[in-house]
Parts: sequence; structure tokens; C-alpha cells
Amino acid sequence: MSDARTTSRAAPVVQTGPVQWAKENLFNGPVNTALTLISLYVLWLAIPPLVNWALIDAVFTPDPATCKAASGACWGFITEKYRLMLSGTYPYEQQWRPVVAMVVLLGLIGMSMNSRFWNIWLAAYWVVGIVVMGVLMWGGVLGLPYVENAKWGGLPLTLILAVNGIVFSFPLAIALALGRRSNMPAIRAVCVTFIELVRGVPLITVLFMASLMLPLFLPEGMTIDKLLRAQVGIILFTAAYEAEVIRGGLQALPRGQFEAGDSLGLSYWQKTGLIILPQALKLVIPPMVNTFISMFKDTSLVIIIGLFDLLGSVRLAANDPMWRPFYVEGLVFVAVIYFIFCYTIARYSEHVERLARKGERR
Amino acid sequence: MAAAPKTATFSLNDRGVRAVLYQIITIGSVILVAAYLVSNTMNNLETRQIQTGFGFLSQESGFAIAESLIDYAPSDTYGRAMVVGFLNTVKVSLLGIVLATIIGTVIGVARLSSNWMIAKLMSVYVNLVRNIPVLLQIILWHTVLTNTLPHPRQSISLFDSIFLSKRGFYMPFPVDHLGWTLFLIAIPVAVVIAVMLNKWATRRQEMTGEQFPAILAGIGIVVFLPILAWAVGGAPTAFDVPALKGFNMEGGARVTPEFAAVLIGLTVYTSAFIAEVVRSGILAVSHGQTEAGRSLGLSEGVIMRKIILPQALRVIVPPTTNQYLNLTKNSSLAVAVGYPDLVSTGNTTLNQTGQAIEAILIMMTVYLATSLSTSLFMNWYNKKIQLVER
Repeated sequence: MSDARTTSRAAPVVQTGPVQWAKENLFNGPVNTALTLISLYVLWLAIPPLVNWALIDAVFTPDPATCKAASGACWGFITEKYRLMLSGTYPYEQQWRPVVAMVVLLGLIGMSMNSRFWNIWLAAYWVVGIVVMGVLMWGGVLGLPYVENAKWGGLPLTLILAVNGIVFSFPLAIALALGRRSNMPAIRAVCVTFIELVRGVPLITVLFMASLMLPLFLPEGMTIDKLLRAQVGIILFTAAYEAEVIRGGLQALPRGQFEAGDSLGLSYWQKTGLIILPQALKLVIPPMVNTFISMFKDTSLVIIIGLFDLLGSVRLAANDPMWRPFYVEGLVFVAVIYFIFCYTIARYSEHVERLARKGERR
Repeated sequence: MAAAPKTATFSLNDRGVRAVLYQIITIGSVILVAAYLVSNTMNNLETRQIQTGFGFLSQESGFAIAESLIDYAPSDTYGRAMVVGFLNTVKVSLLGIVLATIIGTVIGVARLSSNWMIAKLMSVYVNLVRNIPVLLQIILWHTVLTNTLPHPRQSISLFDSIFLSKRGFYMPFPVDHLGWTLFLIAIPVAVVIAVMLNKWATRRQEMTGEQFPAILAGIGIVVFLPILAWAVGGAPTAFDVPALKGFNMEGGARVTPEFAAVLIGLTVYTSAFIAEVVRSGILAVSHGQTEAGRSLGLSEGVIMRKIILPQALRVIVPPTTNQYLNLTKNSSLAVAVGYPDLVSTGNTTLNQTGQAIEAILIMMTVYLATSLSTSLFMNWYNKKIQLVER
């Protein structure tokens, strides 16, 4: 009897290695095995034709006849028209200017995303950068020919709409959020009405309003060009959403913070500026980034009121009857660009969130 | 000690006085700006000789609408055209909401699967779909459907009754008959009976502990009651089968590529967001709940259905409402591919009559009313399922 307890047992089977990993993560139980097999089969059905279309049977030379004959994608459309797609109707010989402006803008965004540069100089860099971009885009000085902004287009236009949208809506959003939490009923009512009205309607109606109704609102003889009107629409629209995000941050702060400010004898603006907002804004960085991403995607709506942003420029390129059958390839190209931008920002937001949490750990 | 004597002096240092002052200034400036804009607008309308008022709604529209849920002809009024557009918006939004909820829930649960492959695939789907503008997706689907599918003459067909071509998707549709009317009426009736049955079963289980297979019975009722109604109504079997006439298909029911593109685009885009909402909702329920269920000896399915989901639902409902509203608002992008929704018909009306203010006001009011009523309903539902605490 006691022998049974003392008999030696074989060493346990090794519990590591790819086979064991597959057993644990792919084939644990009949249901998971079936699911794994089904998804492998679906991938087998989907991936080879996709690779064939996108790479093996694809045509990379800008020749519509070869494209028509081939069964794959026609990337020649992109190689032929990429400048129109990326820069829109900007004068062809001057297209280095939006490219440089874009590089400056991306550099500034990159710097703003790095915590090493988070100091007062960053604001100065932005001011300088914006002046440089304005000179580059408009011209008219330093021997650069003037380009009216009706000719702007492509990726620079998308970036300009998005960055201006976030920068100028931010102060308005803070004002709206504070107003919505104000003790004064009249101010609260004005803010609530604005926020709920804007959030209740689609962006496209706001853009219609900006493009068709705004000219009627202005005194006779005064006109604002289409781009600026769209930009105003985007700023007002984004401000309402941002205001709600900021309000979330304000509500998340414990009452004690407000009371501490009061008991120190600070005025409303001192209390708000020195105690409340710094904490509330830090709390809402991740949702703010999400708002920025959705605004970046929403700038594509300006094609409906006739501006040629990234998506609009591709549509313009595909208006060429020779290339019309290959609109899908153009759209895929633009989708990849949008994806790269949005995905990068989203990953960055996760990174910032981790940083913020690290600070709270003791 | 007596209270500090009340002084009735008017001072700008008094908080209350300043508050009143600020509010008067705010309201005053809002009114001033509004008055300025209105007077500008009046002047502009007069100089440009644009008509005002909603009289245009009863004028003949003169434009055709490709698809409509109610009878509509170009000789009908602008008002009716707007109603047609609104119904199309409602149609695509409701279908999109139902489909996006189902797909989003499945994907959200699948992302938490212990199966590595499934979890990864779903994560790729969510990240890919979320980071591409929905307008681009709708245009892409529309282009794929109209560029790559064959002409009606070479349509892909199944059993010579279902056809797929660049003109759309055609399928047989039942010919109008009493049986089908009864069938349609029976569906909501069956759903109501199933819900009531479920309530009764819950109450009985609470009272006596006896279980009743309410879900199985409910599915049975929803499936068989309409079939029974159809049989009682005479079991009609006549179908209107689509067929090629000249260059185009005729007969049957048609799903246009425009509708399909908008529906697929909205559903795919929103499902990714709903998946994230569902995932975070499930993660919000602490793991101890699952363990408690296991130690009670419940099966994994019961744990999910009776313990995890009811608690997760409280976290899930508010953000899902936002997604529903977003989907409804995003359906306005249909105008980009020519699906005649409210914005599309409103835009045509606007271009033909030149009455931008009225047309845009109508669009905004309708969306606003839809948004507000949806959020009212969801707030009510949300209150109903919230945890009742002391």
C-alpha cells in the first residue's frame, strides 16, 4: 500500500514550445479547434486572391491598356496620378511648396507628440511653423507666385483642416465646457443649447450651413471663401464634441479640488486656470485624441461641398475617362494613407495613457 | 452676536451682482448677434430676390427618386420628396443599427476569445475599420459594387431567380396576398408573446424554482407562428421572379448598389465601434464574478448569459446609444453615392428652389428630433436596467 506512494513518476511533459502553445491557444477543446480550422479556411479563401490582385497580377506601369488586360490591381493609376492625388489642383510646378509645408507640419506634430519638447518653446515653434506654412501655401512674397486657397488640395488640405480644427476649437470647447458647468442659468442655457444642437445634427448639414447659409448671414459685399467657411463649420462642430469630453474631465475631479481653491480665496479664473483645468485636461487626453482622430476622418466630408481634400483629389483623378475603371485602386491608396495617420495617432494615445498611469503609480 | 447687518449697497465686487451682470451681457450679445445676422439675411434675401417661407413644400418637385418606400412621382410635391428621403434614412439607419449590433457584439465577444487566431483576426478587423473614414468606405463599397460587377445581361445568377449585377441585387418577392399580410402581422405578435412568456418563466422560477425552457420556446413561437399564419391565410406560393427585359432586369425585389453600399459601409464601420464597447463592457465585470459562477457549478454559457452579460449591459448601453446616433447621423453621407436619403432629397430641393435656409433647417430639425427621441428612449431603457441600489 505504502509502495504506491513512493513509486517514482515520469517527469512532466515539457509545457513550452510552439506545439504546446498551439495546443493551449488554438486547439483547446473541440469548439476552439473548429473555430481555428474555420478561420484558417476563410483566410485560405481570402488571402491568396487578395495577394494575387494586389501584387502578383497587379500592373505598376502607368498604362491603362495593360491595366485593362491584367486581372490584378492597376497601381499604375497611382504612379501616374499621385501628384494630383496628394496635392490636388495646386499648380503643378509649385507642388514642392505644399510638400515642404506638409513636412513642416508633420515635424511639428511629431515634436508635439514627444514629451521632451513639452515646454514654452513648442508654442514658439508652432507660431514660426504656421507662418512658414502660410508663406509656402499662399506665396506672394519672397518670389513665390501667389496661389489662392481655392486651388489648395490633397493631403495638405486634409492636414490643414484637421490641425486648424483642433487648435481653434480647443479654446472654444473649454469655454463651452466651463459655461455648461456654470452656476449662472443664462450662460448655462446658451452653452447647453449650442452643444446639444450641434451634436444632434450630422456634420454634413453643418457644412451645408457653412457653405450655403453663411454667405447670407454676412453683410452685403463681404464674402468669405469656401475653404474658410468649411473650416469654420469644422471648428464649431468639433468644439461641441470636445466640450463634452472636457466636461467629463471636469466632472471627474473630486469636489475637494474646487473647495480647496475656494478656501484659498482664489478668484474663479485663478481657481479654474491654476487648479481645475490642468488636472481636468490631463485626465481627458486619451478621449481628446479620439475626438481628434474622428475629426481627422470627418474632414473627408468636405468633398460633398466641393473641396478637393485627399479623397476629393482622388475622385478628381478618377474623373479622367482613361483611368475611371481604376477608381477602386485610388480609393485603396487613400484608405492606406488615412489608416497610417489614424492608427499612428491611436497608438500614440495608448502610449500617453500608459505614461499618465505610470505617474500615478507609487 | 447678531448677524452682520445687511447692506443694500450695489457693488461690482458682489458676486451675485456680477453674475446677473454677466448673464445680461451674454444674453444681450447673443440677441444682438442674432439680430444682426437676421437683418443681414433679410437684406441679402431681398437683394437676391430669394423667396422665403415653407410654401415651396407644396409645389411640384419635378425630380425623380430612384427608390422609395411610399408612392412617389416627379409630379408630387417637395414635401412628399422630403418624406420619401426621411423614410429612406430611417430604413437604412434601422437596418444598419440591427446588423451593426449583431456583428459588433459577436466581434466584441470574439476579441476576448481564448482562441488566439480568432482574437487576433477580430482585432485586425476592428483596427482596420475604425481608422478609415466611413465616407471613404461607403464610396469604396459603391465603386466596388458598380465597377466590378457585370452588366445586367451577364449578371451572376442563382437558380435563374436571384441576380447580381452592377444594377443591383434582384430576388423573387412574394405577390401580394392575404397569407403574406398575416405572416407580417404574426411576426411582432410572436415577439410580444415570446417576451411575455419569458417574463412569466422568470417569475415562475423565482416563485417555485422550476425552470422552463423559455428561450427555446420563444424561438419556436417566433419561427412557427408566422408560418402558421401564412398557412391559415391560404399558403400562397406565387412569387414575382425578376427577369431580364431588354437591357435591364424587371420584377422581383431590388436592392440598389447605392443602398447596399451605404448599408454595408455604415454597418461595418459602426460594428467595429460597438465591438469595442462590448469588449470593454465585458472586461468591466470583474473576473471574480466568473469564478463565483464556476464555483456554484454553473456552465460557462449560463455564467455568460445570467451573470456576466446583465452586468456588462449596464456599462454597454450608454456608449452604444451614442454609436446608434452616430450611425443615424452618418447615414447622411448617403448623398455622396446618390442614395436618396433626407440630405440627398433635401439637397436637390435646395438646388432647385434656392431656399437654402428652409431646406437646411428642415434637415437639421429632423435629425435633431430623431437624435433627441432616440436618446430619450435609450435613457429610459438605461434607467430600467441600472442597478437598483439603496
